[in-house]
Amino acid sequence: MGNKSSPKTRPPWLLLAPMYAFTILFVALPILYMFLLSFLTRAEVWGVEFQFTLANYKRILEPLYLDTFLESFRLALISTALVALIGYPYGYFMAKMSPAWKKRMLLLIMIPFWTSALIRLYGWIIVFRSNGVLDSLLMGLHITGEPLKLLYTYPAVVVGMVYALLPFMILAVYSSAEKMDWSLVEAARDLGASSRLAFWTVTFKMTLPGLLSGVVLTFIPSMGLFFIADLLGGNKIVLVGSVIQEQLTKGRNQPFAAALSAVLMVLTVLMIRLYRRITGASKLEGLV
Amino acid sequence: MKTKKWPFAYVGIITAITYIPILLTVVYSFNASKISSVWGGFSLEWYRELFRDRDLGEALVNSLILAFLSCLSAAVVGTTGALGMYRWKSRLNDAVAMVSMLPIMIPEIILGMVFLSVFSLMNLPFGMLTLVIAHTAFCIPYVYSMVSTRLVGMDKSLEEAALDLGASPFRVFWDVTFPTILPGILSGVMLAFAMSFDDVVISIFVTGSKVNTLPVKIYTKLKTGVTPEVNALAAVMLAVTIALIAASAAVGNWTNRSERRQIKSQEKENV
Repeated sequence: MGNKSSPKTRPPWLLLAPMYAFTILFVALPILYMFLLSFLTRAEVWGVEFQFTLANYKRILEPLYLDTFLESFRLALISTALVALIGYPYGYFMAKMSPAWKKRMLLLIMIPFWTSALIRLYGWIIVFRSNGVLDSLLMGLHITGEPLKLLYTYPAVVVGMVYALLPFMILAVYSSAEKMDWSLVEAARDLGASSRLAFWTVTFKMTLPGLLSGVVLTFIPSMGLFFIADLLGGNKIVLVGSVIQEQLTKGRNQPFAAALSAVLMVLTVLMIRLYRRITGASKLEGLV
Repeated sequence: MKTKKWPFAYVGIITAITYIPILLTVVYSFNASKISSVWGGFSLEWYRELFRDRDLGEALVNSLILAFLSCLSAAVVGTTGALGMYRWKSRLNDAVAMVSMLPIMIPEIILGMVFLSVFSLMNLPFGMLTLVIAHTAFCIPYVYSMVSTRLVGMDKSLEEAALDLGASPFRVFWDVTFPTILPGILSGVMLAFAMSFDDVVISIFVTGSKVNTLPVKIYTKLKTGVTPEVNALAAVMLAVTIALIAASAAVGNWTNRSERRQIKSQEKENV
């Protein structure tokens, strides 16, 4: 596509060069190398041998690793569903607040969002730890008789995931609800629609891109956030991310880690494409 | 329309819950007892220990240097890239822009894995250099998208008018384009800084044994048994975060004001 207003312009290579060079050298080529690596063989001691094989992909189909993928998928699905359930009404209500409150709420969301993710997780460790804050509270109120020992359990990991990813959903829903033309809802109401019908036929449809964007922004990272499962789940919950990390460090098996990453990457790209198909939007709502 | 109370209550409760873990770390940072479940009275002991901890101090300095260098290079690459792509539209640009966004779209662990394997292929020594390259990769998208959003919203006729009135292209850039995109650069850089400063996953893969960043250090501390020192660190970081957010809110106000000015001038045009 040419630039209609000034057809004479030549590409400003001086301006484009850094972006092109960096993107090709440090993003495109490395990702291509990852795909290449996933078909190579692990060297005996350290590094990679340039010998073609499909063994890495075959290995993913072994029950041990297939289960890990399914387990990660399940955790991601549960976390995303919870994040959507909690985050959608939050973002929606926020969009209906007065401008002053919107500003205040955005600040309130940004503070935890900008605080170190690890430190926020550590706060949950204090809450869940055996005889920790939650146990003391529940036992003090005589709801439970003994410590629940919630740390290093599945629910603890789910809470950590939901907590880490909730802001993405809230901001995505908020930014699409904020842009919405509320007079359309009023019109629907004037034409006799009940408030529930008006919500489902107008509001929900118009905020769907935000919700879906939030789903993508939650689901994708939750497949790889190994450190949450690591710190709140102990060694009990193994995610794809944990396996990739283990293969790279202890296993010293770069090709297998590359194959796992390649599968995860293809899944990610498919999800983003699906999102674009459904919403017709080129950019994810609420992302930067 | 009548305003209901319960949406406020809902938002309030959820917000309160998100603050529980943060406030707990702050409260326990003043706890004299070493066991975090027991309250042993008020103490500043952990703060003293925190400021004596050489390793943490070093990690903090590393993290600051890293965030500064990555943001600086991302600011240059992202801003020039956005300007270049705004001046010259082509399919090639769209493709490059899409690929350049990948680092913040794919799960972090993939990016970490990719860089680890590429840097070991290139035989680069793992340390500050590899950290800066990796962090720059995921900082660029923030700057790039913020600046291009500003450029799309810019009134093109302003640049043309300045050129018609005889201003040199450099002058036009300095007096017209740059003031428009500056808020975008600043908010992009601030986001990028926060992301870089907080990153664990990618840093773990590309850092060497000698260079620790603050999050990597905290991660190892949390894995090997917690010291209450981490609480004090949390409280200090929270204070710094709030200060930074106040600063960014000030920039945001400024952005809004210039946006309002722009809208006003457009309105005038329409009249």
